[in-house]
Amino acid sequence: MTSLVVVGLLGAAGGVLAGLFGVGGGILFVPTLVLVLHLTQVHAEASSLLAILPTALVGSWRQHRYGNVDLRVAVIVGTTSIGGVQLGVLLAESLPETLLRRLFGALLIAVAGNLAWRIRRRSGTLPE
Amino acid sequence: MIPKLIGVGVVAGFFGALFGVGGGIVIIPLLVVLCSFDQRRASATSLTAILVSSAAGAITYALHGDVKPGAAAVIGLPAVAGVLVGTAVQQRVRMNQLTYGFALVLVAVGIRLLV
Repeated sequence: MTSLVVVGLLGAAGGVLAGLFGVGGGILFVPTLVLVLHLTQVHAEASSLLAILPTALVGSWRQHRYGNVDLRVAVIVGTTSIGGVQLGVLLAESLPETLLRRLFGALLIAVAGNLAWRIRRRSGTLPE
Repeated sequence: MIPKLIGVGVVAGFFGALFGVGGGIVIIPLLVVLCSFDQRRASATSLTAILVSSAAGAITYALHGDVKPGAAAVIGLPAVAGVLVGTAVQQRVRMNQLTYGFALVLVAVGIRLLV
């Protein structure tokens, strides 16, 4: 019970961070589900994809109203992603649990590096 | 441009499903580099594409019995409120120090998962 409350709070906090830094919620959902709810890496990733949907739905609706969404591009990229998804699921399920978790850890570090790089680049230019 | 977009979709779907993330990590930079989208348009368009790729991923994993809907709801629903707060706050604060702090947290969690 306690851990469910913790996960709910971390979900809200993850949402705040995702909104603040423009990263997807999944990058925070997966480690929360693994480290706090002790889901396996595959179960955490699978559940994270479902957990992303409400946020992506609300976000898309708002961005669409602002006129920022290129709907044609989104539909083409979204539809063709389905093929890649099948390969990704197959690979995730066939990799050893520990290796998949470590690859995810490496991905987090890469995202951190990318965030830092974006800041350095932006601070040299005028704000948007 | 369509062959490029198809490539972006396939790669994003693969990485998104492999790591359980939306795929924005892949879609946003590729739209910027390959299709000369600006950052804001790339993020917004990516978010909409992710609706499809994440739904496809969740369905595919669910068919294999890997999705825990309760866990997804507990983390995913509070996140909606969180994102609304986060995007509102983003307009009002100086981001640089905050972002370095957040990057450090990501590195710490990454190391925790690596060992």
